[in-house]
Amino acid sequence: MSVDEIYAGHDVDLVEVAARLRAVIRPDQVRDGATETHLYRRDASTMSNKAGIVCFAESTADVQAIVKIAAEFGVPFLARGSGTGLAGGAVPPPGAIVISTTKMNKIISVDPVSRMAWVEPGVLNLDLSKQIAHLGVHFAPDPSSQQTCSIGGNVANNSGGPHCLADGVTNAHIHGMEVVLPDGSVTILGGEEPEPDGFDLRGVFVGSEGMFGVATKVCVRLMQNPPEVATMLMDFASVSDGADLVSDIIAAGIVPAAVEMMDQLCLIAVEAFIHAGLPVEQAAALLIEVVGPSGGVAADVARISELATARNVGGVRIAADDAERALLWKGRKSAFGAIANIKPDYYLHDTVVPRNKLSGVLDQIYEIVKEHDLQVLNVFHAGDGNLHPLLVFDGQEPGVYERVHAAGRAIVKASVDAGGVLSGEHGIGLEKRDLMPLMFSETDLAAQADLRRAFDPHLLSNPDKVLPSPATCGEIHRVPEGAWI
Amino acid sequence: MDLTVEEFAANVGSSDPVAVVGLGTRATPPGNVRFVSAPVGIDWIQPAEMTIQCGAGTPVNDVAEALAEHGQQIPFPPGGTIGGALAVGHSGIRRLAYGAMRDALLQTHYVGSTGKVVKAGGPTVKNVSGFDLCRLMVGSRGTLGFLGDVILRTRPISAHEQWFTSERDPWELLTGLFRPTSVLWDGAATWVLLEGHEGDVAEMAEAYGLDPIDQAPALPSGGRWSMAPSELESLRVAQPGSFIAEIGVGVVHHTRPRPSRQADSVLAQLHARIKGEFDLTGRLNPGVDVLTVI
Repeated sequence: MSVDEIYAGHDVDLVEVAARLRAVIRPDQVRDGATETHLYRRDASTMSNKAGIVCFAESTADVQAIVKIAAEFGVPFLARGSGTGLAGGAVPPPGAIVISTTKMNKIISVDPVSRMAWVEPGVLNLDLSKQIAHLGVHFAPDPSSQQTCSIGGNVANNSGGPHCLADGVTNAHIHGMEVVLPDGSVTILGGEEPEPDGFDLRGVFVGSEGMFGVATKVCVRLMQNPPEVATMLMDFASVSDGADLVSDIIAAGIVPAAVEMMDQLCLIAVEAFIHAGLPVEQAAALLIEVVGPSGGVAADVARISELATARNVGGVRIAADDAERALLWKGRKSAFGAIANIKPDYYLHDTVVPRNKLSGVLDQIYEIVKEHDLQVLNVFHAGDGNLHPLLVFDGQEPGVYERVHAAGRAIVKASVDAGGVLSGEHGIGLEKRDLMPLMFSETDLAAQADLRRAFDPHLLSNPDKVLPSPATCGEIHRVPEGAWI
Repeated sequence: MDLTVEEFAANVGSSDPVAVVGLGTRATPPGNVRFVSAPVGIDWIQPAEMTIQCGAGTPVNDVAEALAEHGQQIPFPPGGTIGGALAVGHSGIRRLAYGAMRDALLQTHYVGSTGKVVKAGGPTVKNVSGFDLCRLMVGSRGTLGFLGDVILRTRPISAHEQWFTSERDPWELLTGLFRPTSVLWDGAATWVLLEGHEGDVAEMAEAYGLDPIDQAPALPSGGRWSMAPSELESLRVAQPGSFIAEIGVGVVHHTRPRPSRQADSVLAQLHARIKGEFDLTGRLNPGVDVLTVI
């Protein structure tokens, strides 16, 4: 069912809906002026739409009250954290109620012994780890947007990050959550105990892109900080040598905390930005981090260095102290800001391929980009095979978006053809919704739709995302201009 | 595999009540239904990808043995079949360090109630493409679909591992040691499994005065309780000598069956809707209710 079909048969008077909302939560929490509805029209993707009403929830009771009114009027709604998503997952369906969780930003409780914490969904990812650092623990998922993205958003998107190689993505770090289901009822999925009765609904809610309801409290797993950290920057004259080293390391039975790759154009852009002495003459560099007690760290560093030598490594730089480590990581995490030195606009992709296909798929990406007369920077989670080709361009150039979108489709297809998947951490949202058939049959997609219908029989919670609408495949609507689908 | 997933699907069919059986180690199959067995056999092992593909009917011990030749392992408790272990969803006693077993299932082709083969998940270690039907299948006891084949995430076998005993407080060890693989406690004694570099293990053992032992303690098998880890200490007084608890995790291996519990009504309705969507006629593993099974 599409948004149009949801609306079909009844006219929704948003003025009346807003009035009802103001009667159940404080009037200043409900905004329907042009400024707010315009501000909340988009996330960090290139897509946008128009919100109907924006509500600033402060509690579970607020969310419940809003969702109940949405259900009563049959108005689509969606929860929104920091809006840093890159796949259009928080782009509102037209006229939807946007439930902002940014004011639900309290850390409710922390148990440093059992290593878990209950937090509200608006708590920012990095704020959580900073607030609990004195307890010797941290929240492992660390997306590049961790300074601004929220835990609720991490739950919705099953977010990843460089340090998910050894510790796993968000799903492995969520014990449970309190949720408001799309009919306005409240329950707990999962919980502090390890084996709650029933299906793993905690597990299916994580990564459901806001389509199964709204998480209002989240119980997160906290990880012990490692006693030793070694951070290495290795550079290579060929991209394939660097990419192949990644497989060699894993095949040798070593799972580093992180293995990140940057190619030459990325190194040049970042170096101009942070002046860290990066190997700008080389084709690629790997940023590798191993953590743990000192003996294991030393053994892993030695073994990785041996393997790197066999792959013709150029320079090997080991961070001498925390300051140098922070500088190297700043280089990795500021890559997206640094590209402004090259071109004013970028389109960031996200696919995964088997590690042993990295080298071949990277070659294909360079070829695709050349064919479409574009430039690409590659900066990605090599350890997971999670590619992030960053197409850079000048949006003022006539016809450039068509080339960007065509190149994007070709890159996604090349990744799936290599045995990979559509998205490693950004999610499907609107961006890749209509590419889902590259990976899934109609039967597979119908099963996903069944699960969604069980959570949301009236399809009001963030509709029109993730699942292509089989009935309207030829006329998919409301994906805004500029989006590639 | 000894049969393809499509052949398995044909055996499952689309109309009559049917139950899937493995080695019968984890659950008693229901009576008066037709039985089917999932494909058996290992398709491939890729150590550099840390993945394996096999039939769901493959014995866990066969998979463990084959993976060990490549220096890899899966976090499944021994015995039974891969599909049975996933259907029940109980992790092994190394969950503290390895994480829950549900995180190991990357992709499956399962047979749904209409006899169709459905692919869930994807072959790579990282994947957020679509809704997570793999997590839905793990622990669903075959009530939503029968697993045909699976791709599992493996992990390297550590260079060194050693079990220890200690009279120390288990929570002191949990917080003091670096990422112990397992901390078990029976209300008096504590057992600890440490893995990693041999020198690091020896150093930690010395710092905490741990005594090496040959193997893990035998676990009581009367019942498997699930408790918040912070509540385990209450067992010290209430149940001395009748349990071994996984500290930091919350699984309690008990001499007595777990007390029955009541799910809240919202959760029960949600379960009923999911079952209705996936198996409207209730033909898959009839009689099994995941909310009440112990």
